[in-house]
Amino acid sequence: MKKRVASVAALGVALFTVTACSSNSSGNAASTPAATLTGNCAQYQAYAGHSGSTVTIFGSILSPESNSLNTSWADFSKCTGITIQYTGSNTFESDLPVKVNGGNAPDLAIIPQPGLLQQMVATGTVKAPPAQTVANEANWNSAWKGYGSVNGTFYAAPMSANMKSLVWYSPSYFKKNGYTVPTTWAELMALSNKMAANMTGNAKPWCGGIGSGTASGWPATDWLEEVVLGTFGGQVYDDWISHKVTFSDPQIQTAMQTVQDWMLNPKFVNGGVGGVSSIATTTFQNAGLPILKDQCGMLQQASFYEAQWPKGTTVGPNGDVFAFKLPAVNPSISTPVEGGGEFVTAFSSDPATQAVQNYLSSPEWADARIKVAPGWVSANEKVDQSLYTDPIDQLSAKYLADPNATFRFDASDAMPAAVGSGEEWKAMVDWFASGKSIKAVAAEIDAAWPKS
Amino acid sequence: MSPTLIPMESATSVALLTLLSIVEAVVGFIVVLFLIFFVAQRARGRIERPLAIVITLGPALLLVLIGLIIPSIETINLSFKNQQFLGQLVTKYIGLENYKTAFTDSYTLQTMLRTLAWLVVVPLFSVGIGLLSALLMDGMKRTSLPKTLIFLPTAISFVGASVIWGYVYNYVEPPAPQTGLLSEVVMKLGWHNPPNWILDVPVNTFLLMVIMIWIQVGFAMVILGAALKAIPEEILESARLEGATGARLFRNIQVPMIMNTIVVVLTTVIITTLKVFDIVFTMTNGNFNTDVLSRQMYADMFVTSQVSQGAALAVIIFILVIPLMAYNVRQLRKEREHG
Repeated sequence: MKKRVASVAALGVALFTVTACSSNSSGNAASTPAATLTGNCAQYQAYAGHSGSTVTIFGSILSPESNSLNTSWADFSKCTGITIQYTGSNTFESDLPVKVNGGNAPDLAIIPQPGLLQQMVATGTVKAPPAQTVANEANWNSAWKGYGSVNGTFYAAPMSANMKSLVWYSPSYFKKNGYTVPTTWAELMALSNKMAANMTGNAKPWCGGIGSGTASGWPATDWLEEVVLGTFGGQVYDDWISHKVTFSDPQIQTAMQTVQDWMLNPKFVNGGVGGVSSIATTTFQNAGLPILKDQCGMLQQASFYEAQWPKGTTVGPNGDVFAFKLPAVNPSISTPVEGGGEFVTAFSSDPATQAVQNYLSSPEWADARIKVAPGWVSANEKVDQSLYTDPIDQLSAKYLADPNATFRFDASDAMPAAVGSGEEWKAMVDWFASGKSIKAVAAEIDAAWPKS
Repeated sequence: MSPTLIPMESATSVALLTLLSIVEAVVGFIVVLFLIFFVAQRARGRIERPLAIVITLGPALLLVLIGLIIPSIETINLSFKNQQFLGQLVTKYIGLENYKTAFTDSYTLQTMLRTLAWLVVVPLFSVGIGLLSALLMDGMKRTSLPKTLIFLPTAISFVGASVIWGYVYNYVEPPAPQTGLLSEVVMKLGWHNPPNWILDVPVNTFLLMVIMIWIQVGFAMVILGAALKAIPEEILESARLEGATGARLFRNIQVPMIMNTIVVVLTTVIITTLKVFDIVFTMTNGNFNTDVLSRQMYADMFVTSQVSQGAALAVIIFILVIPLMAYNVRQLRKEREHG
């Protein structure tokens, strides 16, 4: 009896090793001479020759948006034979460093923060992009290349873009009350005062919410960024990111005062919910809903807020909700546009990965993605603007691809994480929740700036 | 049979492959175990005893080593450096700088004091209420329903409990109708302008503690109830004959007889409380002056790129737990020797 157990065991071990080996043998196939692709596949000839390879991509994009991504490169995959395996995580920012540090880096990562890109480059694991990706970079506003670069070296090509300088409102409510869309900051404030005088009960001209789990506070950083960019322009904004201009600097203090008179003004907020401090406890997802009940006049929030409106809400110039471009605080600043986006970063330099990297940086892929589903905009200037069907996408694309715009990336995403995703968020929540002074808030953030 | 024959594209084949590799791993593990025991069984003579020790102790030691000892050393080492993020190439030792920051930074000091408040309030109330309900149940006839109701929260995860209590503490500015249970109840009782609970310092910290107590009371009640049941009936009988009843019986006989259990429950709750993370993380993410040590440690390490600073906080928590653990282990050992 004992003997039989032993022999069965030995057999098991043998089987185990055999199957273990065979399942490992289906890794990246060696590059074979590129086959000629024909018909619909001919357009992917430049990426051919890596059939049988698998490229892994890791990002923060979740379903249903990630399904649209998978659809957008399905044809590419079928024609070139490169399998693209996308994995999304809602804790991407903390997962990626853990994966990379543990030797489990994906081939490509879609990084939404230039600050995180800098951090990953500093680990020495990010690979330089192939020549074609670098060449494709010419299709973007030059500011984008800067955000995909670290210390002057270009690493990651931008992918999607979102437009943050928008104000959501209800066209029907505006029409009913004879309000017109403001085009200057002075008009915007005059409209807010007029609304405040006309509104009763919990209704207020503005609503806001900065609750967002671990990222609570980020919408407030956007408000401050809009005001800094719209008051002082790109140079001060860039120096602010690099801490040459501190939060306690008189210019940023002026900007904070403007925010104080706007989103922390008890006369103006928080429509449909309560007082100023209720902004700290309202989630950003729920912030704009009072607009639908005529309890709130306006909400400053990015283009991606479109996804938060309940099913059945029509979005458009004559619909239930629409958005207008947030006017510059200082009219002499040429169309300040704050945006966000993602950067395709490579942790592998094998040819299949580079083929995917090249394809994702091309206007052809951007066109393919736009065709799949609305709610997605590229800042690639070569993209066919007529493909956008959604009014918010059209509005965002118009400003993001505008060569005269003063485009800047979300500052907190570009600052060191200790500030941009730490102290600044915390201090903003404090500012709204406890009514701390501007000076104290600024001092708190400046003190957290990493020393080395 | 060979996995290479399965087309790679379909999702089901990926799932199949995953399943196959899980089966492979489990079968492999069992096979290895069989082999080891087979060899051990054959062993005779001088090597029998050392081999048995190695086989029985080895795996446990190995797991403790890779799961506890090596990470601890790594964390302690990290806390003396200036590392900001994982995988940073150039770091240097900066001595006790991180500890200095932890004990001088006013935010971190506040966090420590708040954690201390948690350590005092939560265990006292959990054990107090647990003991009281155990005593009440001891004298009651039909106890299954109240027992279940008190014990049920123990089965709920901290995150789940926090979400539930999040609804209770929800606040809408009057005159709009209240959606939170707490606001509604106190308004019905005549308090017309209740505060926004979660923003109201320091009430908010105590409201978060309530969640923890709610979860821990059931655990305390069950363990203490069992201990009360285990007191020999003769002792209670003779005490009653001597005239001890009610509070006196409780104070002089029952409590001293279950003192060891009370201490074990107390230290267990203290250790759980020291590690409180989920409740604060879910309810406030440490905002509104509710931060505790373990939440701040997590944020430092994984969110705000201050790995070494977070490591220093981890070491501080570790050092605080050691005496409690040591006491608990000693207590258990004592009980085993007596029993």
